[in-house]
Amino acid sequence: MSNLIKFKIDGKECMAEAGKFIVDAAADNGIYIPTLCNMKGVKPKGACRICSVRINGRLMTSCTTPVTDGMEIESNSAEIQDLRKSIIELLFVSGNHFCPACEKSGNCELQALAYRYQMMVPRYPYEFPMKPVDASSPRIIKDQNRCIFCKRCIKTIKDKNGRSYFVFRNRGHKLEVVLDEEMGKTIDIATAHLAMENCPVGSILVKEKGFDTPIGKRKFDKEPIGSDIKL
Amino acid sequence: MENTVKQIVEKYNTNRNRLMDMLIDIQEAEGYISRNAIATLSQLLDMSQADVEQTLSFYHFFSSKPRGKYVVYLNNSPVAYMFGREAIKEAFEKSAGIKFGEVTSDGRIGLFDTSCIGMNDQEPAAIINNMVFTRLTPYRVRELVKMMKEDKPIEELRKESFGDGKNYLPSLRSMVSSNIRRKGMILSDDYHYGTVIREKLPAMSPESVIGEIKHSSIRGRGGAGFPTGLKWEFCRRAKGEKHYVVCNADEGEPGTFKDRVILTEKPELVFEGMALAGYAIGGEEGILYIRYEYRYMKDYLEEVLHKMRKEGLLGTNISGIEGFNFDIRIQFGAGAYVCGEESALLESLEGKRGEPRDKPPFPVEKGYLGCPTIINNVETFATAVRIVQNGGEWFTQFGTDDSTGTKILSISGDCMFPGVYEVNWGFNVEDMLDMVGAYDVQAVQVGGPSGTLIGPDEFHRTLGYSDLSTGGSMIIFGKQRNLLRDVVVNFMEFFIEESCGSCSTCRNMTQVMNTKLKKILAGKGVAKDLKDLQEWGRVLNASRCGLGQTAANPIISSLKNFRPLYEALLQKDKDFDEGFDLEKSVQASCNFVGRVPVFNHH
Repeated sequence: MSNLIKFKIDGKECMAEAGKFIVDAAADNGIYIPTLCNMKGVKPKGACRICSVRINGRLMTSCTTPVTDGMEIESNSAEIQDLRKSIIELLFVSGNHFCPACEKSGNCELQALAYRYQMMVPRYPYEFPMKPVDASSPRIIKDQNRCIFCKRCIKTIKDKNGRSYFVFRNRGHKLEVVLDEEMGKTIDIATAHLAMENCPVGSILVKEKGFDTPIGKRKFDKEPIGSDIKL
Repeated sequence: MENTVKQIVEKYNTNRNRLMDMLIDIQEAEGYISRNAIATLSQLLDMSQADVEQTLSFYHFFSSKPRGKYVVYLNNSPVAYMFGREAIKEAFEKSAGIKFGEVTSDGRIGLFDTSCIGMNDQEPAAIINNMVFTRLTPYRVRELVKMMKEDKPIEELRKESFGDGKNYLPSLRSMVSSNIRRKGMILSDDYHYGTVIREKLPAMSPESVIGEIKHSSIRGRGGAGFPTGLKWEFCRRAKGEKHYVVCNADEGEPGTFKDRVILTEKPELVFEGMALAGYAIGGEEGILYIRYEYRYMKDYLEEVLHKMRKEGLLGTNISGIEGFNFDIRIQFGAGAYVCGEESALLESLEGKRGEPRDKPPFPVEKGYLGCPTIINNVETFATAVRIVQNGGEWFTQFGTDDSTGTKILSISGDCMFPGVYEVNWGFNVEDMLDMVGAYDVQAVQVGGPSGTLIGPDEFHRTLGYSDLSTGGSMIIFGKQRNLLRDVVVNFMEFFIEESCGSCSTCRNMTQVMNTKLKKILAGKGVAKDLKDLQEWGRVLNASRCGLGQTAANPIISSLKNFRPLYEALLQKDKDFDEGFDLEKSVQASCNFVGRVPVFNHH
């Protein structure tokens, strides 16, 4: 372990292997930095910006920035915490997230983050956008009301030729994540379930059968998101 | 159709990285990119159809529906409005019998809005079938539409004489004017292209070329201002299979058009600069990434490249230097402002959506196809030639200590002589306004929407990287203009339209802030709204790229420098107003049930 380096998060001395992304290096040191679009083992694409930290005065996403020797990272400041809360609020107002009626409630990372950051009422006005629900695939429902454009499904759900089932369409405020019409017709049940699991919110659902675990016994029902990261 | 697509795919060696070219060729051959074309394309490239669509749907000029035999793209920048866009729009709609965003039922004419097309000094302007029509008037519009209805070829629609400078050349034949008002080292005619490659390079090592560039202290002319010499040095040192030189000619910042003028009048200088950079970093391939709005220059630029190959300025063992091989290809964009951001540009070059990459790694380490790449602005490459010709030391006599050399400004708006001015850095705004004949000036937008809006009490400030930094866009607004309604909203909507949407911040915050701005403009604002705007704008700093980080600048900067304009619109007697309009909100259901509720107004 000669490539261990030292760095600091909010003044706390930390150690990690050189080249690790900050978010993972922090977790190794028992420090939780929230993420939404990030997935272990998948090439990151700082899309949700929720893992932003301040390094040398600049905001950087900790899922895409490798840790370097002597790096000083600011993650728990009031400013950064409020930024993260702002982003959660923005995601809530720009979609239609009605937790009580959502199949993913309790397993939803956006909902869990909103609890962890104690969002009561978003400071931004709700947009209540008109968004479609695509149920044309025999296996999958893609509910655009809940999509947060994290790209997890785009990056991870592929066929054996490496073709993506899900892709982006349009850009900016008109952005959508859509299921390929042809490929959606033949997606197998295991892949469909993986897509649902990898979705941090309830935007991808498998038809017919929903969830095995009842509300109250789900992932984030007992402890806040990030509780697994402890020393 | 199938055969056309097949031929096009073969033309680009079934290389997925050339998807942009394929889509452009299909769009130009068929008028749109049909479902069948997408299916054939995806099959030949072994991609999912949706994957092809994800690139297609990113770019403004691609369409999966027919857009008409004659497609009109009318610029919607503020300056276009200042010079009569409303009347032009009305004339188009009335004579074509459709609204903007529609195509006539016979499929003949389509009318569409488009972001700034780089013609701010000759507005109102439109692109019709890749040809630019400038200085439009309602009369001219009626004439154009009449000719479209008569099925006249597009060349016949061009009735005016050609623009000035090289715009008359057979391969250009353009109505665009270059409007060069002031020349410096780049625009001057006292340099004959090729001199540096022929007379200087044989006696210089790549390191000494970089040495001169570093010594000159030149910083990138695109706006970000990174030291060019350092960039080239980093790239030269970076390990990779190949090294690439990319010229960024995607000038999309509303109000800037100087790259269009440089590429029209001095393209050889730009290409020579790219070759020079290739020599310096050890790269053999150059790519000019140019915005689709400038498609009318395609034949002309290809012709210039052809000429330079024949003259031995591009090709192998250039200027007798063993192993100095360099050539350039042209890559067109397809309508996306964000592709001016260097890493988004690289994604686009690889045939993908123009979403900026996470940095690090920087392009000098991992750029085009993962190889070390330098990306510089058109003007930077042109300037590099003059630096190597005369030496870095010579260059430092122009401009100021921290901003050496000259800067080409694109000046437009309320002034007597809009056009292109090459000035030394350190020029102040007051002198600039006097130079262009601008009187009764209310404000100047320095550096485009992503820059700053300044008022008279800041006109003493100087242009330079340490004071007013600019990529060259200068838009002047006279006293008669309504800054908030006509400028700030327009710029915010520009950012909303042009955001790639990848970051949660830029995708949503621009929209949220614009809604609030409109609430204030509708007379529903309260004092807290101004505080909110200021605070909310900060969230955008967490965005990945420069577009996102500066996307609230139109509001933030006008709020800072023109606060009284906002305050005058606020309700004095209220400190809370959510801006909710009950009647409007229940209108749809009222229409549906055919009843109107009685509201109790307080």
